[in-house]
Amino acid sequence: MKPFLMPSLGADMEDGIMVEQLVEPGSPVKRGDIIAAVETQKGTIEIEVFEDGILDSWTVPLGRKVPVGTPIAMIRASDIPDPPSEPEIQEPADPIQQPEGPEIQPPPPENAPPIEPEIVPPASNLSPRRPERTRQRVTPAARRRAAQAAIDLRSFGTEKIISLRDLSPLEELDETTPMSAMRQAISDAMSRSKREIPHYYLSDTIDLTAAEEFVAVQNAERPPDQRLVAGVLFLRAIARAVKKYPEFNGHFTDGQFVPADAPHVGMAINLRGGGLVAPAIHDTDTGSLDHLMVRLRDLVERVRQGRFRARELSDPTITLTSLGERGVAGITGVIFPPQVAIIGIGTPSWQPAVLDGEVIARRSATITLAADHRVSDGHRGARFLRNIISQLQTPDTL
Amino acid sequence: MSPANLRETLIKHLGRIAPEIDIDTIDTKADLRDEFDIDSIDFLNLVTALGREFSLPMPEADYDQMQSFDSLLTYLENHAA
Repeated sequence: MKPFLMPSLGADMEDGIMVEQLVEPGSPVKRGDIIAAVETQKGTIEIEVFEDGILDSWTVPLGRKVPVGTPIAMIRASDIPDPPSEPEIQEPADPIQQPEGPEIQPPPPENAPPIEPEIVPPASNLSPRRPERTRQRVTPAARRRAAQAAIDLRSFGTEKIISLRDLSPLEELDETTPMSAMRQAISDAMSRSKREIPHYYLSDTIDLTAAEEFVAVQNAERPPDQRLVAGVLFLRAIARAVKKYPEFNGHFTDGQFVPADAPHVGMAINLRGGGLVAPAIHDTDTGSLDHLMVRLRDLVERVRQGRFRARELSDPTITLTSLGERGVAGITGVIFPPQVAIIGIGTPSWQPAVLDGEVIARRSATITLAADHRVSDGHRGARFLRNIISQLQTPDTL
Repeated sequence: MSPANLRETLIKHLGRIAPEIDIDTIDTKADLRDEFDIDSIDFLNLVTALGREFSLPMPEADYDQMQSFDSLLTYLENHAA
């Protein structure tokens, strides 16, 4: 039997609140399964299990805030027989069939309040592999409140977005808490960046006419759910460029730079109501553009719902911040530690450009690189940026 | 579908993407994506949902007819059966 610990999702995370337990005690778990959700400063993080086994018990009740490193569940290897003191769990784990009963509740840890039966959802809803479509949409503030007040969100159904108002219209609520925690997390990371990282900055104008035409041609015959956005081209171009310029892709920790073995480009995603997160799209260099688009849409959708996976927050090796179609000409990013570079791409607009001696209108934006002088210099940075610009002139090769 | 129902349906789908924005507080003639603070992926999700709801292809070439809340509503009135 091994304890499963509250994971750290970054140097600035000290604790987390258990807000969802998606696996019933006695159920088998496989490496990569999402077994719980934890509320942190950065939002609700889905927690993956790292090994195969059986989830024996939860050791932290819903709503409890615990420090990083606290055991939150006990996991035993599948081939070890159950301890004789817990014969009830010996039944093969099929959460659909298993009747709900007090005997399968884990013993609460010392001093822990007993888990109210009301928050134990019906077993039929407890499948850890619920399809995404039936997933409830809950605002982060409501999710936190529900956990604190032991409210079963499942009773609200999946029809509408559940907000703080739905949970307790009469209670006085501190609605500022979740957002100020997010602001604090951004402040901590960016202050550390400006304190520790000797940034240097490069910029150029990028002609995005070909990239936009490529997207328009691709999208012309496609139904909306299969259309692309220019952002996938940016992600792919960066992922390819870092293979040739590996000093921009990795982490600077303990006084040295460790290049990453693959590009996991982080995408800065704006959150409604304020704040942002920049989770990774893993192995951004692999698969088709269509597949990359599916992954980007999935990520944005989950971020909007205030939930993403622990690895998505800890794994970005370089970040893209793109202003999209309603911003301004350019953005210069602040590096997310422990990364060493961030690419900024502004909003394209019609600008005069000179091509073969003629002035013509082209879709142009400013592209910038902010990079870490402890690892690289402007000379290489300029070549890296030119490589990205060049790839985006031939989008059909991406 | 009656114009009133169309409007309600459009508000419902916008509410899924921008739940905190009250339709009564926005300028229905101004740029929809500015008013609702909708990025390109949000807009794609909106178009996808409306296309499914009304069985419309919602081609990208028509996006310039969907610039404001009012123009999008007119577009739906003209195209939805």
